[in-house]
Amino acid sequence: MTILDMNVAELKQRLKSRDLSSSELVEASYARIAETEASIQAFLTLDEDRARTAAKAWDEQYAKGEADSLLAGLPIGIKDNIVTDGLRTTCASRFLENFVPVYDSSVSRKLKEAGAITIGKLNMDEFAMGGSNENSAYQTTRNPWDTNRVPGGSSGGSAASVAALQVPFSLGSDTGGSIRQPASYCGIVGLKPTYGRVSRYGLVAFASSLDQIGPLTRTVEDAAHVLQAIAGYDQMDSTSANVEVSSYPSALTGDVKGLRIGVPKEYMGEGVDPVVKAKIMEALKVYESLGATWEEVSMPHTEYAVAAYYLLASSEASSNLARFDGVRYGVRASSPDNLLDLYVKSRSEGFGQEVKRRIMLGTYALSSGYYDAFYLKAQKVRTLIKRDFDEALSRYDILLAPTAPTTAFKIGEQVDNPLQMYMNDILTIPVSLAGVPAISIPCGLADGLPVGLQLIGKPFDEAGLLKAAHAYEQHTEHHKLRPQL
Amino acid sequence: MTQAQYETVIGLEVHVELHTKSKIFCGCSTSFGAAPNTHTCPICLGHPGVLPVLNRQAVEYAMKAAMALNCEISSVGHFDRKNYFYPDSPKAYQISQNDRPIGTNGWIDIEVNGETKRIRINRLHLEEDAGKLTHMDGGFGSMVDLNRCGTPLVEIVSEADLRSPEEAKAYLEKMKAIMQYCDVSDVKMEEGSLRCDANVSLRPYGQEEFGTKTELKNMNSFRGVQRGLEYEVERQTEVLEDGDKVIQETRRWDDAQGRTIVMRTKEEAHDYRYFPDPDLVELHIDEAWQERVRATIPELPDARQARYTADYSLSSYDAGVITSSKKMADLFDESLNYTKDAKAVANWIMGEMLGYLNQNGKDIDEVKLTGQGLGEMLGLLEKSTINNKIAKTVFKEMLETGKAPQVIVEEKGLVQISDTGAIKEIVEKVVAANPQSVEDFRAGKDKAIGFLVGQVMKESKGKANPGLVNELLREVLKG
Repeated sequence: MTILDMNVAELKQRLKSRDLSSSELVEASYARIAETEASIQAFLTLDEDRARTAAKAWDEQYAKGEADSLLAGLPIGIKDNIVTDGLRTTCASRFLENFVPVYDSSVSRKLKEAGAITIGKLNMDEFAMGGSNENSAYQTTRNPWDTNRVPGGSSGGSAASVAALQVPFSLGSDTGGSIRQPASYCGIVGLKPTYGRVSRYGLVAFASSLDQIGPLTRTVEDAAHVLQAIAGYDQMDSTSANVEVSSYPSALTGDVKGLRIGVPKEYMGEGVDPVVKAKIMEALKVYESLGATWEEVSMPHTEYAVAAYYLLASSEASSNLARFDGVRYGVRASSPDNLLDLYVKSRSEGFGQEVKRRIMLGTYALSSGYYDAFYLKAQKVRTLIKRDFDEALSRYDILLAPTAPTTAFKIGEQVDNPLQMYMNDILTIPVSLAGVPAISIPCGLADGLPVGLQLIGKPFDEAGLLKAAHAYEQHTEHHKLRPQL
Repeated sequence: MTQAQYETVIGLEVHVELHTKSKIFCGCSTSFGAAPNTHTCPICLGHPGVLPVLNRQAVEYAMKAAMALNCEISSVGHFDRKNYFYPDSPKAYQISQNDRPIGTNGWIDIEVNGETKRIRINRLHLEEDAGKLTHMDGGFGSMVDLNRCGTPLVEIVSEADLRSPEEAKAYLEKMKAIMQYCDVSDVKMEEGSLRCDANVSLRPYGQEEFGTKTELKNMNSFRGVQRGLEYEVERQTEVLEDGDKVIQETRRWDDAQGRTIVMRTKEEAHDYRYFPDPDLVELHIDEAWQERVRATIPELPDARQARYTADYSLSSYDAGVITSSKKMADLFDESLNYTKDAKAVANWIMGEMLGYLNQNGKDIDEVKLTGQGLGEMLGLLEKSTINNKIAKTVFKEMLETGKAPQVIVEEKGLVQISDTGAIKEIVEKVVAANPQSVEDFRAGKDKAIGFLVGQVMKESKGKANPGLVNELLREVLKG
């Protein structure tokens, strides 16, 4: 087994016993990227010099026996909407083509403190808007399981790089499914923590009330380690929650006896591919065999979630992205007639099609005369959806569903049909609106492509969620499957 | 043309910069006058990914201001984004409060032509200031300074209760005084820490419905506010008398040209697309917090004015003038620790000091006079150590240097001469040198003594005790 396929615990063990050095690990990562990047195209920027320097420093620490931090000397890939001090952060947009931040995001700072070494920045849909990485202004990342297919999105680069063994783990961000759906398509683990669990300071905002940073890994245990490193209250983010962070790795007991599982019937209905449903039913059997019980539960407002989401997320985005106006950052239209013309031309040139579509939708939804009918109504729907979750999660320990209605689709297949594209998120969006944590884990292949199992937990109970996911993983082999590259 | 055919209706929107140490959503300094763009950080520059964190002090200042304006305080508030594109706003939205301001339903009393009138305040809300643009001559470009960006501001919106430019000016002056007393702002119009926009309309007397209003901006001084409003009232009167309609629009006051100019019409008005800022959490203001802030509000101008008329028998007008500035009222109170003569203190402040300020175009902040100095100077007068004439010299010196009156008197040798022998010597000298006046006096022209007194005072360099001079002069002339 290549060292890049090892999990966090193994890697740390080897680093500690000095069978392996951080420098070797970093070199292996860059070598693997060089070898596979032509077909995967996951990275937008590499940070080789700084990564090598950091690896050397960690090797010295290990030599002294002083490398105790959580992810000491381990390589990580970071989604390109997470601000990294001194390292280009583009959000896969032309607007930020040359944007080198002068500050660090809180997660980047925490990762450094935990010892993780940033290998580079990962491709995504522009400003995290999309589910296929086809909306990147630079490149379309490929699915390692079938390079004619999308890796999912918007954290497609983050998922593909982990699945292709370029890095052991990565960070993504999830607004309506952007961690879970690509994890599902690429056959890896993707965790969206509770809204407020991880600081958003330094995450370039798409929809501030929904965005949440989380890990993409190959095992549940690794997700627990990475979450441990980035979770917690941050005074720089008023929406981060001052709720105690428990020890996630130690919650992974493998015991789910007596676990009560709710299966929302609306998540298993029309539009969900029968092969996906079949995998979910198999997973339920596994849980039954482990002593858990399950029942069908109704989440009656599910059908309104996608509409509410696209109104709310787009409204927030229309405001969040207003700062890209041609006065500062990247694109500035040449010879505008006046100030207004500068704005209009720069924004027309700088943003991609999908971003413009959502800015227009959001601007419209917030406009005077339409606000009540769209934005406000959508907020009310969001409240109802939250109640659905409160209700269901008061009766069950976790909820279980597919992560996405289908497996990865072909590149170009849905480009001209944005509505069909939006429906890929139908099973992840309600969770985002409710702000509760959810994880996608591999539950087998259908026609050679990975299917993701989504577990949804109680607010701030990432420990319980990881525990349930881990127990399943311990008794299945799906997470050990690797794509042939 | 009948001048009084239309009633003027004015409402004011006042912006007051709160003088917190740091900005409302980041740690940058708010001090005025730094080199451009030096008081900035990724947060107030709106860099991608940054988030605002609310400055608690700004909230407390806003609460204090709202309470001083008799507002009800909202127990739950939130911040909204006001979206607009302009280079002075790097995020392209301003964090403000739209539907749940900190304060609502307040009022202040103003006094115009001896009558007290209550002006209702619709709301007070907290928001961030924008940057400052300097447009280069010849249209070559505009320079952006974002030092001011993120300075906490309160916007105070009055009801349309003002009926004349004079009332508007009185309201603004009272507002300034209250903010000063609360110590929440520097309230300097020339530095932009106090700014004022106005809504102006006319209606026939007796009509309840408001006329079409124009919004007036860019009035950068108290005088500018009054002149701008006077001009606009006159302009609208002419429009109506010509049988035309006032157009709803925003107009800019041009102080140099002395007129208002159209900025934008109603059709061009912004749709700000307000919505709750998802980066900030709800603001909860409980009773205990309110009480803590309320306890920090000092005696306000109205109460102080009432106290001065009751305790010191000052006229309402005098008490009003003295309390119109906190610094002046503090000077008054401080002086009374050193003298009992409140009337005299009031007279010196209102006469000599205000005269000096007016003459020299200075602000009260620029003079160094202390209450102790003024009180002690009055003591010297009372003890006849100095006379009134000397006192004026001493007072001016105190305004400029802040030195103690005894020191000034000593340094300049200004002690009043009350030595009968010394004065008599001068009197005899003057009498000898002015035989014509002496003759006139003796012939019954009583006025002639005034000239002789003046000569004696001149000879003594103003230091002779005028009472003694008079007495001795009569004695010598009779003799």
